[in-house]
Amino acid sequence: MNATSPPAATPERQAQVASALAARLPAHAVLTAKEDLRPYECDGLSAYRQTPLVAALPGTVAEAAEVLRVARETGTPVVARGSGTGLSGGALPLADGILLSLGKFNRILAIDPLARTLRAQPGVRNAQITEAAAPLGLYYAPDPSSQIACSIGGNVAENSGGVHCLKYGLTVHNVQKVRALTIEGDDVGIGSDALDAPGYDLLALAHGSEGLLALVTEVTVKLLPKPQTAQVVMTSFMDVEAAGEAVAAVIGAGIVPAGLEMMDKLATAAAEDFVHAGYDLEAEAILLCESDGTPEEVAEEIAKITAVMREAGCTAFAVSASEAERLRFWSGRKAAFPAVGRISPDYYCIDGSIPRGALSKVLRRIAELSAHYGLRCANVFHAGDGNLHPLILYDANVPGEFEKTEEFAGDILDLSIEVGGTITGEHGVGVEKIRQMCTQFRPAELAQFHAVKAAFDPQGLLNPGKAVPTLNRCADYGAMRVHRGQLPHPDLPRF
Amino acid sequence: MAHDFIKDTCERVKDHASRKAPLAIRGGGTKAFLGALPAGEPLEVAGYAGIVAYEPRELVLVVRAGTRLAEVEAALAAEGQALAFEPPRFGEAATIGGTVACNLSGPRRPYAGAARDFVLGARIVNGRGEDLSFGGRVIKNVAGYDVSRLMAGAYGTLGVVTELSFKVLPRPPAEATLAFEMDEPAMIAAVNQWAGQPLPLSATAWESGVLRVRLSGAASAVAAARAKLGGAEVADGPAYWEALREHRLPFFDPARPLWRLSVAQTAAPIAAGHPQLVEWGAGLRWVSGDLGAARARELAAAARGHATLFRGGDRAAGVFHPLDPAIAKIHRRLKEAFDPAGVLNPGRMDNF
Repeated sequence: MNATSPPAATPERQAQVASALAARLPAHAVLTAKEDLRPYECDGLSAYRQTPLVAALPGTVAEAAEVLRVARETGTPVVARGSGTGLSGGALPLADGILLSLGKFNRILAIDPLARTLRAQPGVRNAQITEAAAPLGLYYAPDPSSQIACSIGGNVAENSGGVHCLKYGLTVHNVQKVRALTIEGDDVGIGSDALDAPGYDLLALAHGSEGLLALVTEVTVKLLPKPQTAQVVMTSFMDVEAAGEAVAAVIGAGIVPAGLEMMDKLATAAAEDFVHAGYDLEAEAILLCESDGTPEEVAEEIAKITAVMREAGCTAFAVSASEAERLRFWSGRKAAFPAVGRISPDYYCIDGSIPRGALSKVLRRIAELSAHYGLRCANVFHAGDGNLHPLILYDANVPGEFEKTEEFAGDILDLSIEVGGTITGEHGVGVEKIRQMCTQFRPAELAQFHAVKAAFDPQGLLNPGKAVPTLNRCADYGAMRVHRGQLPHPDLPRF
Repeated sequence: MAHDFIKDTCERVKDHASRKAPLAIRGGGTKAFLGALPAGEPLEVAGYAGIVAYEPRELVLVVRAGTRLAEVEAALAAEGQALAFEPPRFGEAATIGGTVACNLSGPRRPYAGAARDFVLGARIVNGRGEDLSFGGRVIKNVAGYDVSRLMAGAYGTLGVVTELSFKVLPRPPAEATLAFEMDEPAMIAAVNQWAGQPLPLSATAWESGVLRVRLSGAASAVAAARAKLGGAEVADGPAYWEALREHRLPFFDPARPLWRLSVAQTAAPIAAGHPQLVEWGAGLRWVSGDLGAARARELAAAARGHATLFRGGDRAAGVFHPLDPAIAKIHRRLKEAFDPAGVLNPGRMDNF
């Protein structure tokens, strides 16, 4: 909050920051040419683009510390970037800032089979961790759908989830400690090798902090024994209410499935067309419900799930009979985003979390909004944990369509808040949802967030302008937004 | 009435902040022994009690912080659910707010997670007397910093916790307790090796050459694990784990200081020179005796962990493990960020 604006991004300014960096880093680790900066201009949210003032590619913790020192001494903001797969623009560069790529931090440093931990540099890919642990019969549980590309450092920054969160937790539940550099130059350990650490839970704060608090340079994750077996039940429903009711019934029966996913008709059709998983194209919704564990456990649980689904009125039903079939059932869900990308020039992914009980209401309102805006919307849903990903289909080449899409997306996020949920379950706020933060939180809460940031980063140099809006910015957004379900004029129709 | 409590608490905190007059937050008073000595005028919070929302099929519970833990657990049990971190009570008056403030978890912790892992949201009154809400009632939520989880283990020094929401889980349908004769090095190796295998472990405890292991899960999984592990079935398993959780086993001699050494699970046996009880898959080593702060911290650090004077002893000398200076600096600023006048439980975490 007390940060002053950095000098404007002039060629002189660029030369000043670049030469300060070049004095401390190897020559190839500082990029300033337009064509060299281009690859960093956006992350997974490609609608927002900005080339940075300078890109720095440190190869060691000492070099990363030097980048932060230059940032501190020249008052230049820093945006850290892992694999650049984030979906909220958290790694969007700043025109007047340094883009710090962690691409060279790509090594697994240690695996301790007995302690079931793995220590990795932040640029290591999520899937690489599970691959490295596999020979030991272990794995890393959080599996965001971008797991083949996304980095573990980015997972910490976003507190990433995946399809197995209900049973196995988020990134914050599966990381034991991180090593991080503060903008003030301290090299700190957050968390511990024990099951807890003295003092405040800084590890919890680090998770989902979107690069605003510190630069993570090492991550120690907990590994779990790989379940002996897994099976998935695939069911069809003729309306989404019935599917939502089936989800609630599964949980109500005391089952915590390893994964519980829903796709609506449009998403199912797109996925089927892409991967030919054998999905039921007549269904209004299909559910994938996975059980994992020992063979005895899985057999018992699958029998229970089967009974609940039949009771809930599913119209078609299949249990994976082999590992190949299990993977085939999942293939369409895992590829749902690219599949939707094939049926539309562009799509926009939303990340609201809602109480599961509100699902029917939310899907009905989304359908109404879809008609209102004249834009199709495919819904995929981490049904087990209430995280909804509506995918709005649009064409960026049609003038005004992206703006309309953003408005539609904003309405869905407001709706998520209105039903008691949140604007982001796992993708982060970034630049994308910063406006809705003004709706979800009151000024005093946002002020408290800024105070938390200042405790780590008094100068406000780490990824400024992301994740938490300034109060002025919120004031600018105006008063026409829903607040905690209270519209200024609840009697007026909104669309 | 409910609304008034929050409003009154805000006013009271504001008033104390303006005078820099400390407040000692008090729920059921069952954890007064824990942490550094409380100082200040009491701020009673146990009256703000009751379950706000509980929808078993959402696996989410919203509860006022003054609600007794016993009441919370009874409501969950009626629906076949539980707080998976198996919190100790240390007295019937224990509240859910105090449990979270102290981040207390029981024998199930290494296999299910700690109190902090199940916190989904918190409503607090900060040291400026502001009523703030963070997190929420959904399982996945990354909007804003995770201030709710930060309240777990902050001993009320960052905010008066007034409401909490939790992820709750079904109770395991079957449980069994096995006992093994084992020396300490063999126990440490065994519990770590077992944790790397797909076994339904839910607790371990070792003392006087006997390792007890609890299995929880589907009846078939428990039966299969029992067959695999061997050992002798313990008849009074549930009573043992409850006595361990509540520190009612003979090991926990109230006349002696109790040190809590939270260390790497694979750390070698610690030569503390006093009786030990080892739980949490060897990650938690209780030492009963006058170990002394310097020695306790040295031993814990050598085992890649930290030491806390949990009960008794000389609390004036500091009960928590000293922080790394750079981490301590962040702590000082966080305390300042939430409680600039320093009125909320000052000193309860030694320096914060």
